[in-house]
Amino acid sequence: MVKDEEFLKSKASYCLDLAKKMGATDASVTVGHSISETVNFRNKSLEASDRSDGLALSIETYLGKKRSSISSSNLLDENIKTLIEKCFETTKITPEDEFNSLPDKNLLAKKISSLNLYDETRFENDKKIKYLNDLEESASSNNQIINTESSFTENKSNFILANSDGFCDGYKTSSFVASCVTVAKDENSMERDYEFSSKRHLSDIKQATDLGNKAAKQTIRKLSPKKIGSEKISIIFDKRISKGMLSAFASAISASAIARGTSFLKDKIDEQVFADSINVIDKPDIIKGMGSQNFDSEGVNSNTLQLIENGILKNYLVDTYNGKKLNLKSNGRSGGTTNLYFEKGNISYEDLMKKNSRSLYITETIGHGSNIVTGDYSVGATGFLVENGEFKYPVNEITIAGNFKDMFKNIILANDLEFEYSVNSPTMMIEGMTVAGK
Amino acid sequence: MSNFFNKSDLTRQDADKIVSETLNNCDDGELYLEESKSESILLDDNKIKSSNYSSDLGFGFRAISNEVVAYSYSNEISKDSLKNSSENLKSTLKSIKGTYNYEIPKSNKKFYEDINPIEQKTLDSKLEVLNKVNDFLRKKDGSVKQVTASFAGEQKSIEIIRSDGEALTDVRPLIRFNVSVMLEKNGRKETGVFGIGGRQSYDDYLKNDNWKNVCEEAFRIASVNLESKPAPAGEMKVVLGPGWPAILIHEAIGHGLEGDFNRKKTSAFHDLIGEKVASEGVTIVDDGTIDNRRGSLTIDDEGTPTERTVLIENGILKNFMQDRHNARLMNTRSTGSGRRENYRHIVLPRMRNTMMLSGNQTQDEMIKSVDKGIFAVSFGGGQVDITSGKFVFNCTEAYEINNGKIGSPIKGATLIGDGPSILKEVSMVGNDMMLDPGIGTCGKAGQGVPVGVAQPSILIDKMTVGGTKL
Repeated sequence: MVKDEEFLKSKASYCLDLAKKMGATDASVTVGHSISETVNFRNKSLEASDRSDGLALSIETYLGKKRSSISSSNLLDENIKTLIEKCFETTKITPEDEFNSLPDKNLLAKKISSLNLYDETRFENDKKIKYLNDLEESASSNNQIINTESSFTENKSNFILANSDGFCDGYKTSSFVASCVTVAKDENSMERDYEFSSKRHLSDIKQATDLGNKAAKQTIRKLSPKKIGSEKISIIFDKRISKGMLSAFASAISASAIARGTSFLKDKIDEQVFADSINVIDKPDIIKGMGSQNFDSEGVNSNTLQLIENGILKNYLVDTYNGKKLNLKSNGRSGGTTNLYFEKGNISYEDLMKKNSRSLYITETIGHGSNIVTGDYSVGATGFLVENGEFKYPVNEITIAGNFKDMFKNIILANDLEFEYSVNSPTMMIEGMTVAGK
Repeated sequence: MSNFFNKSDLTRQDADKIVSETLNNCDDGELYLEESKSESILLDDNKIKSSNYSSDLGFGFRAISNEVVAYSYSNEISKDSLKNSSENLKSTLKSIKGTYNYEIPKSNKKFYEDINPIEQKTLDSKLEVLNKVNDFLRKKDGSVKQVTASFAGEQKSIEIIRSDGEALTDVRPLIRFNVSVMLEKNGRKETGVFGIGGRQSYDDYLKNDNWKNVCEEAFRIASVNLESKPAPAGEMKVVLGPGWPAILIHEAIGHGLEGDFNRKKTSAFHDLIGEKVASEGVTIVDDGTIDNRRGSLTIDDEGTPTERTVLIENGILKNFMQDRHNARLMNTRSTGSGRRENYRHIVLPRMRNTMMLSGNQTQDEMIKSVDKGIFAVSFGGGQVDITSGKFVFNCTEAYEINNGKIGSPIKGATLIGDGPSILKEVSMVGNDMMLDPGIGTCGKAGQGVPVGVAQPSILIDKMTVGGTKL
């Protein structure tokens, strides 16, 4: 069983009291406990099981505007005492920083509403095994599939965040994740693809057979790929790639990147940065949402933020420290976005596919090719050549490149948005990007 | 050396007994105890932004029967906690029947000292270096708009207890010093990053004001990039500089030669042992035995002494890298490549210091032989799809080559290639092998471990450069 609120609260107040007693002017502490169990399958038999049980503690101590932090997994009182002593000694010799402070009291979350983020259902390992067996039976039904690997993870967590201004709250969360990776082979090539389902509640996890079938289908269609020539072409990004554009956007509007001046979106508030049909929203209170939260990692209340309105940048993602630097109030985004999504567009998936007589559909990218300082984007890619709305043949060993500043202004979104993950996007088209191939 | 038993109700005898009972009918397994102490100190935006100290303690208990690995970890070292884990392992491996393999090779060699780098340098003197870095770079040139500098230090103590009561221990220091600088000129911003590190004390790396050299290098890379032009797109010749660019070898070849992917036959290399996979003159080793290197280990995380494993010899594929589990299932021996990020993770076969050895040509000869291509001097991260063999990496410093001469710097482009065929495209191997500066971290299955790479300059006849200029 995951540790209860009482236990975590008692540890948290022990830490705060001790820090105060030693002379800290302020302190904040997070205590968490998490239990997770994973079963791994390969080629229809059990391959591994893994159980983890972990406590975690992190403390920040302040002496006026001086601050330092420690973290540990050892929650014995004696060890905590040694660590807080060390932390406070370090705080004393750390230089002052005028922006260091706990969050403003009036921004702290006051009422915690239930977002239904915890499902206490216990999915016994035997049931996980049954699920994975069904999944791999369907994944391997086509004889081009030569290897299947799948796993089921169940996680239960609880945490308490407390600070010396009297904030003390936390809540339980759960997650269930089923995933499958398949390898297919033909005379020309060997290819891999995957599918997964990740939910707060067990009953929302996709059917095992559906997951297995989808992974297999997505893998087999990649067999015998061709390389294409270097050219400018319209690119259609599958949903699992288009949501990555949102993640790059989110890191470029974090207050830390803005305050440091290391973002291509610095000083762009109230300016057009996306095509004028685009709206981007970050919504923390979606029931059962994978990214939902009652407050951010500092205890600050988080409300829905419209980040992009009709293509115009409206908000940065602001935490206390960087907010003070930028003269902005925290909007409860210490720790980043919550449930981030593009509002759906107004063209159907089919019409998007047919929009150009020839386009490139991307299903996977590899490499770390996003530079948020300059906006330059260059990644390795795998996908399909599309002609007149139909997949013609698989394509690989190519790269796609552009700059986010131009790419964002040329985005066209389909109307097929679904809320599956913590970041969600419809299928996306960007015209006029460069493909490097032969 | 940590004593894992003096602050717990668990005695060494209890641990031995529980381990033996649990692993009795298993093919392999061990109790892995770990204590780590780490710090990170960061200067950013003219200020000491954070100073964090962290301590972690825990165990991971592993039992293996045939192909099934059962694993359980906890950060509470106690009799109850270990017994719970034992029950957990037994319930996974219900009907097991194995023969425990007691044999672990022995070696007296050590590749680093038992030091705690965190305690060997005072916090004050670390802060002083970071502030000097900031002042030095900001005074150096008006275009310097942002400076980030950091220290990261760690001491990790491990003890491995096997079924016969045998215990193997190791104490592993590791440090890293990093500088990143952002320049702005005529509305353009570019960053340059450089770092150094390894398994010695901070001062071993910082003596003779070596921090200045790190600053100069970060500044130089950023300055070059301020002048960069859009990169070309398409297939062309590529000259790779010596040292860190060997992450190409790490991504393109290394991962595909790890035992697990080959046992599962999901690596493009699984049926190529004894075959020619590279041009003549190409020899690649993975070596865990180089003194004080970031990727070196006295023993791996299963207790096996590390070694220098020949992967490719003169173009022919010789060996895969193995941990005990995959080695046993493939009927071979561990190469001392079993590694894990920490006690929370299972052991996987991983790289240590992956190196292409020197040939006898010069970088000059390579550049002169290229009509149109690029010269890549440094890279950011890379990634590989083991199954299709396709890999990428991102240039952080690169130049055009036109008619045998180095031309303008080009913007960060991604290079993409095919692992099993790329080494056959190597047409020249330089005489200038160099180790990387000690900054690499390799990710696999969500686990990061410190690694090293090395190579001489090489000429690759055909690779796709992912620029924007057609």
